[in-house]
Amino acid sequence: MTPQSCVTIQKEWDIVGARQLGRDIAKKMGFGTVDQARIATAISELARNIYLYTENGQICFEVVENMNRKGLVILSTDNGPGIDDIGRVMEDGYSTSGGLGAGLPGVKRLMDEFDVQSEVGVGTKIKAIKWAR
Amino acid sequence: MDDVIKLDAANYKDLLKHYIDTQDEKSLYGVEQVSKSFIKNHILPEEIVNLHIQALAELYPEMSEKFQHSMDFLLEAMISYGLAHQEFQMLREKQYEIKSEISVAASMQNTLLGTTKPEIEGLDIGIVSVPAHQMNGDYHHFVKGKDGSLGIAIADVIGKGIPAALCMSMIKYAMDSYPEDSMEPKSILKNLNRVVERNVDASMFITMLYAQYLPCEHKLHYASAGHEPGFYYDAEKGTFTEIETKGLVLGVSSDAEYEQYELKVNKGDMVILLTDGVTECRDGDRFIESEEILEVIKSYEDLPAQEMVNKVYKHFERLQDFELRDDFTLLILRREV
Ligand SMILES: Nc1ncnc2c1ncn2[C@@H]1O[C@H](COP(=O)(O)OP(=O)(O)OP(=O)(O)O)[C@@H](O)[C@H]1O
Ligand SMILES: [Mg+2]
Repeated sequence: MTPQSCVTIQKEWDIVGARQLGRDIAKKMGFGTVDQARIATAISELARNIYLYTENGQICFEVVENMNRKGLVILSTDNGPGIDDIGRVMEDGYSTSGGLGAGLPGVKRLMDEFDVQSEVGVGTKIKAIKWAR
Repeated sequence: MDDVIKLDAANYKDLLKHYIDTQDEKSLYGVEQVSKSFIKNHILPEEIVNLHIQALAELYPEMSEKFQHSMDFLLEAMISYGLAHQEFQMLREKQYEIKSEISVAASMQNTLLGTTKPEIEGLDIGIVSVPAHQMNGDYHHFVKGKDGSLGIAIADVIGKGIPAALCMSMIKYAMDSYPEDSMEPKSILKNLNRVVERNVDASMFITMLYAQYLPCEHKLHYASAGHEPGFYYDAEKGTFTEIETKGLVLGVSSDAEYEQYELKVNKGDMVILLTDGVTECRDGDRFIESEEILEVIKSYEDLPAQEMVNKVYKHFERLQDFELRDDFTLLILRREV
């Protein structure tokens, strides 16, 4: 495991910074163009949620490696209001953009692994992994 | 499946090459078929763009770098389409599941609310009841009393679909609990009103007309709870009149009382009961007039009652381009002898 590199998300512009850093790491790890684009989109969704629904938060990246594969981990952490009903948010067709297929269910589709922990009034922690093929 | 994709990918490259050289229609037809196969195998738009990029790179290794960048840009632009496509796919599957659940519920409803048209000497009855969607919010029910009388309920829940249908099951069970013959229309409505008032959501209303036909006296007793008025056909004069009804919709006030009316039915006369799905049929943007319904009914006067209602239904179904907006229930009762 490599040390984390993080981007603080506060302004909309910070989303671009997070995408850039994530893409650079993905490229170095040898992800193809399609996967790079998917990873960048997932980062956008997570960072946009921090920007829209919380004061600030962080998007961090980590490379994990086990015996036979390498993966890019995206961690989104904030101390915002939290998500009350995660089950509902993960339902298709629920996001406010309605029918664009993005939002958190979109992140889950773009990545290989996805996990949300959230507590109302405390914050939200989302972890998503993409494995290099 | 991966083999299919590899094959299609190779095919795509060949077709592309051929098209660039000749611009012929055959390669375009070819790519149409490949594209269909991609859709069938859930290949997302960004993957197709990527395939295109790779094919170009193989065919034209000396391709300009600027052009390559533009293709990468296009790929990025496709990612969200891919997501939207996957969401639609998922929602489509869900919708399919819901549909099949509803169709099970609808057939349960048919069993629960089923009523058989009774055979009564000297009386010709026709009934048609068709839901606009899968589940019916209209309801009709026949009860044959021990005294030879025939009870007929026709009701409509304001609202359509599943909630309306659930509501009707409750009405049906309340009615089943009443003693078979002793009940008069006005007391039945009074009773049902209390059931509805107590058990149904305040936003839901039910209208009902309850009629009791006494074959020996050739009389119809009836009372209405805000239901669409029916019609009476006088065979001798050849005229229709609206059946007078007054009464509050079920479930509005707990102590509603219902007025009961009496109608003498002569030989050949008809009583027509219906729901607003019939009177609110539309021809384009125009609501039809009740005269039109009566004219259509009259034009089938010589047929048995069941064939009459079937024909009338067919007429209005066609007028509305085979898409009912509301549940449609029409009942005709004719004294034969
Ligand atoms: N980090 C977060 N903190 C608090 N609430 C969040 C956070 N992320 C998401 N939410 C809540 O979950 C909901 C769903 O988020 P999601 O990203 O799936 O869709 P959206 O942001 O509403 O719309 P879209 O992302 O499609 O534009 C949001 O509307 C928001 O209420
Ligand atoms: Mg969002």
